[in-house]
Amino acid sequence: MSTAGTQARGAEPVLLAPVGLGASLRRIGALVRRYVYLLRSSGVRLVELIYWPFLQMLTWGFLQKYLAGNTGPLAQAAGVLIGSVLLWDILFRSNIGFSTTFIEEMWSRNLGNLLISPLRPYELVAALSVWSVIRLSVSVVPVAVAAYFFFGFNLLDLGLPLVAFFVVLVLTSWSLGLIAAGVILRHGLAAEELAWSLAFLLLPLCCVYYPVSVLPGWLQPIALALPPTHVFEGMRSILLRHTFDAKELWWALGLNAVYLVAGYLTFSRFLASARVNGTLLRLGE
Amino acid sequence: MDDRVGNLGEEGGSGVVRPNAGAPAAVRDLTKVYGTITAVDRISFTLVQGTTVALLGGNGAGKTTTIAMLLGLVVPSSGEVRVFGADVSRNRSTVAHRMNFQSPYVDLPARLTVKQNLTVYAGLYGIANAADRIAFIAEDLQIVPLLDRPTGKLSAGQKTRVGLAKALLNAPDLLLLDEPTASLDPDTADWVRRKLKDYAETRGSTLLLASHNMAEVERLADRVILLDQGRIIEDETPARLIATYGRGTLEEVFLDVVRGRAKPASPALEAS
Repeated sequence: MSTAGTQARGAEPVLLAPVGLGASLRRIGALVRRYVYLLRSSGVRLVELIYWPFLQMLTWGFLQKYLAGNTGPLAQAAGVLIGSVLLWDILFRSNIGFSTTFIEEMWSRNLGNLLISPLRPYELVAALSVWSVIRLSVSVVPVAVAAYFFFGFNLLDLGLPLVAFFVVLVLTSWSLGLIAAGVILRHGLAAEELAWSLAFLLLPLCCVYYPVSVLPGWLQPIALALPPTHVFEGMRSILLRHTFDAKELWWALGLNAVYLVAGYLTFSRFLASARVNGTLLRLGE
Repeated sequence: MDDRVGNLGEEGGSGVVRPNAGAPAAVRDLTKVYGTITAVDRISFTLVQGTTVALLGGNGAGKTTTIAMLLGLVVPSSGEVRVFGADVSRNRSTVAHRMNFQSPYVDLPARLTVKQNLTVYAGLYGIANAADRIAFIAEDLQIVPLLDRPTGKLSAGQKTRVGLAKALLNAPDLLLLDEPTASLDPDTADWVRRKLKDYAETRGSTLLLASHNMAEVERLADRVILLDQGRIIEDETPARLIATYGRGTLEEVFLDVVRGRAKPASPALEAS
């Protein structure tokens, strides 16, 4: 047991300035490091990241193979199934990465510690966003490589638009993640199902496996108001007609900007509401 | 502590908002209402630098809500909370690096090792010499053998020491504690109290603790703020409180207050 004097003699903390871009980046980095530690601590988590997308890719890949044995439009459509699966997985996995990492802080009753530290809410959001992309890379890249070896589907055949598709889908996933995190923050872990289910709300509407024209007329404007719809339409255009309309992407990016702002405002509003209602005192309990 | 400016790294000279003018903490007419329940009712107090103040009161007296408002976790319904001169509701981020908090009701991530957790928090608090600081704190709080163990596998006493390590990482000028020795065995609880006393005395830091443990309060606190139904009933030194109520211990005073027994008309304090 040390004496009183040791505190004064020991290593004093050298505190860096708490404000400015450098300070923000340091805090974001510290939080991302926490998530890296978490992933490294469990091999099961790492395997799980690849397991589900891999199974899904296999299932749809074999279906594509079966359909390709037929003739006509069905066979033609079959070529886009794996592409749809992989792009949907970018949206879904990135969203899961964002939302579940946030929930993890609540499960571990650590959110209180984070929120009283110098970490700003937007830095927490930035760290979750960065981490969702890292997690996504771990999840989707090996599966995309496996799709090439198993079924000869090369995601890179989508060319440069693939980068834009990726950006649009990830931005959408962050918007969804922000809304889910906000609701969970305000209403507690009772609302945690939202982390997994919110993205599925988009599944029938953003036309992952079929063109927008399949939807009833009244539903089509709603579908077109969702950024991912333009990605899946664009992908089908490239793979089926070998054409690409950049206008689709600009629409998607514009819509994303609106959804991201709305997502962040929702998160901020729910956080403010949680501070007013005292919900943050009961987190994780 | 003004000498903290000297602790700032090379980035410390510019852009740092340091409202040193204010007391470590000052609350004025602080009120928190949840629906129809008034958890904290127009309380005012100021913490003097280098003192240890205890918030005492029964369950639901408003201790935790008061601490949460000082930390910025809860927004007051009305009134003002200032920490080192900064309005916590608006500018918490400018003073957060000078504060810290420990409570057995807030955990560190269980899957991370102790060292990983401390490294993450050193990053969040902007500690440039993180490795040295963690090594020092670990030795001081006797957690060196725990550094590579997952935090979730520690005993309650070990977790308390690790929580304290996290709370002392940035050598806070204002340390808030919510029942710091709850669920600890007497030996470990005594050790934690000694450590807190050492810390406050050697650094001149200000401590605000909420506790149900009267012996702990008598030993640590220079001043006791007694809360009942969200209101401040007494704000005195432990010795004067005991004298005022004509009791032998703080626990007896506490029981008088929570059971609604009035204090004697002619306080023993007058005679002393």
